[in-house]
Amino acid sequence: MTDYLKYKSVPVKSSEITPEHLFLNRRQFLKTMGTVGAGALLAACGVNVTDETPIVSTPSDLTTNSQTDELGDPLNTYEQITNYNNYYEFTTLKEDVAEKAQDFQTSPWEVKVYGLVNKPQTFGLEDLLKKFPQEERIYRLRCVEGWSMVIPWVGFPLSALLKEVEPQSSGKYVRFETLLDSEQMPKQRGSLFPWPYQEGLRLDEAMNDLTILATGLYGKPLPAQNGAPVRLVLPWKYGFKSLKAIVKIELVPDEPETFWTTVASNEYGFYANVNPDVAHPRWSQASERRIGELGRRTTLMFNGYAEQVADLYQGMDLSIHY
Amino acid sequence: MKRKPNWLRLTVHALAWGLLVWLVWSFINDPINPIQATTKRSGYIALVFLVLSLAATPTNTLFGFRQAITVRRTLGLFAFMFAGVHFLIFSVLDYGLDWSLLRGAIFEKPFVLVGLTALTILLTLAVTSFKWWMKRLGKNWKRLHRLVYLAAPLVVVHYSWSVKGDVLRLQGDILQPLAFGLAVALLLIARLPPVRRTATHLRSRLTQRLSGPVAESPQPVEGPNR
Repeated sequence: MTDYLKYKSVPVKSSEITPEHLFLNRRQFLKTMGTVGAGALLAACGVNVTDETPIVSTPSDLTTNSQTDELGDPLNTYEQITNYNNYYEFTTLKEDVAEKAQDFQTSPWEVKVYGLVNKPQTFGLEDLLKKFPQEERIYRLRCVEGWSMVIPWVGFPLSALLKEVEPQSSGKYVRFETLLDSEQMPKQRGSLFPWPYQEGLRLDEAMNDLTILATGLYGKPLPAQNGAPVRLVLPWKYGFKSLKAIVKIELVPDEPETFWTTVASNEYGFYANVNPDVAHPRWSQASERRIGELGRRTTLMFNGYAEQVADLYQGMDLSIHY
Repeated sequence: MKRKPNWLRLTVHALAWGLLVWLVWSFINDPINPIQATTKRSGYIALVFLVLSLAATPTNTLFGFRQAITVRRTLGLFAFMFAGVHFLIFSVLDYGLDWSLLRGAIFEKPFVLVGLTALTILLTLAVTSFKWWMKRLGKNWKRLHRLVYLAAPLVVVHYSWSVKGDVLRLQGDILQPLAFGLAVALLLIARLPPVRRTATHLRSRLTQRLSGPVAESPQPVEGPNR
């Protein structure tokens, strides 16, 4: 745990940080008003109103280098980021993952990197934290369901790890696998999904500088519900590509099957790049709601990272390779 | 002249208005994404009321529970009410009546369109559910209101398209849509004349036998007391 002290974060004067209570003020006000109003109504019906406190309260020692992303949009709060998660291994209810995952064991943890590489290795979590300098990356996360957040991740480029194991020229794709442990992840017992969760990238996507393995957020170790202890983050792709709790990284010759392409290949493609012009087969992807905002925003091509990643898809028809 | 209160109908009213209050309460108290959560909840409640409304007639024909018929219209109207709330959250709160975005959301893909078709049917049925229309439409009233047999499957399709998974390939988050699909299918099958006739026939034979000399033991669970 002490390894997290090594996170490089530029010291921010405490006067520069917007206090969380101001940040939350408006929301809190609405919430209180609502609780009072609805509470009175329900109390009149004899219903016992319990105070709804979030599972994860906000720690006092959060750190981040900036209060906004590069487009000037404010970060989502720690409370929002850690209480609203898609993690089907625990539950399909986003608000309940934090509670269901709170006993998840992340230590000891090993990540096996193997396949078409010259130097296959197994890294303990401590090795990853020691070997690869951890840095903050503030990224937008766009979920395929049509919502988004701005998250200050802590992590390191996947390219650094891959260089370490030396991919062979036949290793054209990278396959990732989440932990398979139905004792800890109860929903993995269900047979309607092809467990364990798998994802894949083309090697050049994996080597792109935006691609990171995240180990923390807001300067703290990743909470279980956000994919502890180590997860992928691909800010220009829909959130489901960024798999959590990684135990295996394999270099393979062909495009690997992924969790969602297996479940519904006509709906979730291998590439899954954020693209406002290519609708999901059932709903439009032209707009999204930033968590914490009421209106909708127009979705940006590649989630606003076109400058960094558009080259990867030169000459490809993205309506076919969705 | 005093009318006996219809306790079943009062229960349905209490349930529906209570759920509406809960919906508002849960919206205000959702700290993260209240619009998506409340859209889902209101749609789900509408579907439950629609299925209950469809269950009223078979409950009478199969089990002889005649009081079920007295809440059929009430259940249907509440299904429409929650479907309306569902649509208002989607169009007003979620899309802020932004027509340029809504147009794409509704017409680009069938998901919303199917839901909107079902809502249009429910609206038509709700408006014409009063005595005045019943008289005015005569025989056509019944024909018109059979459209609910189309609305219910459309709503199930709309619902199954909202989850991540593939109902046809039995993959993904599909248990609930399948359960609702099965319920609607059974409730529609129960309306087929041969099924209805057989059920009525069986029931009359059963009640005959039960009213015979052996009927000393407590009422069986299939009895009309539920």
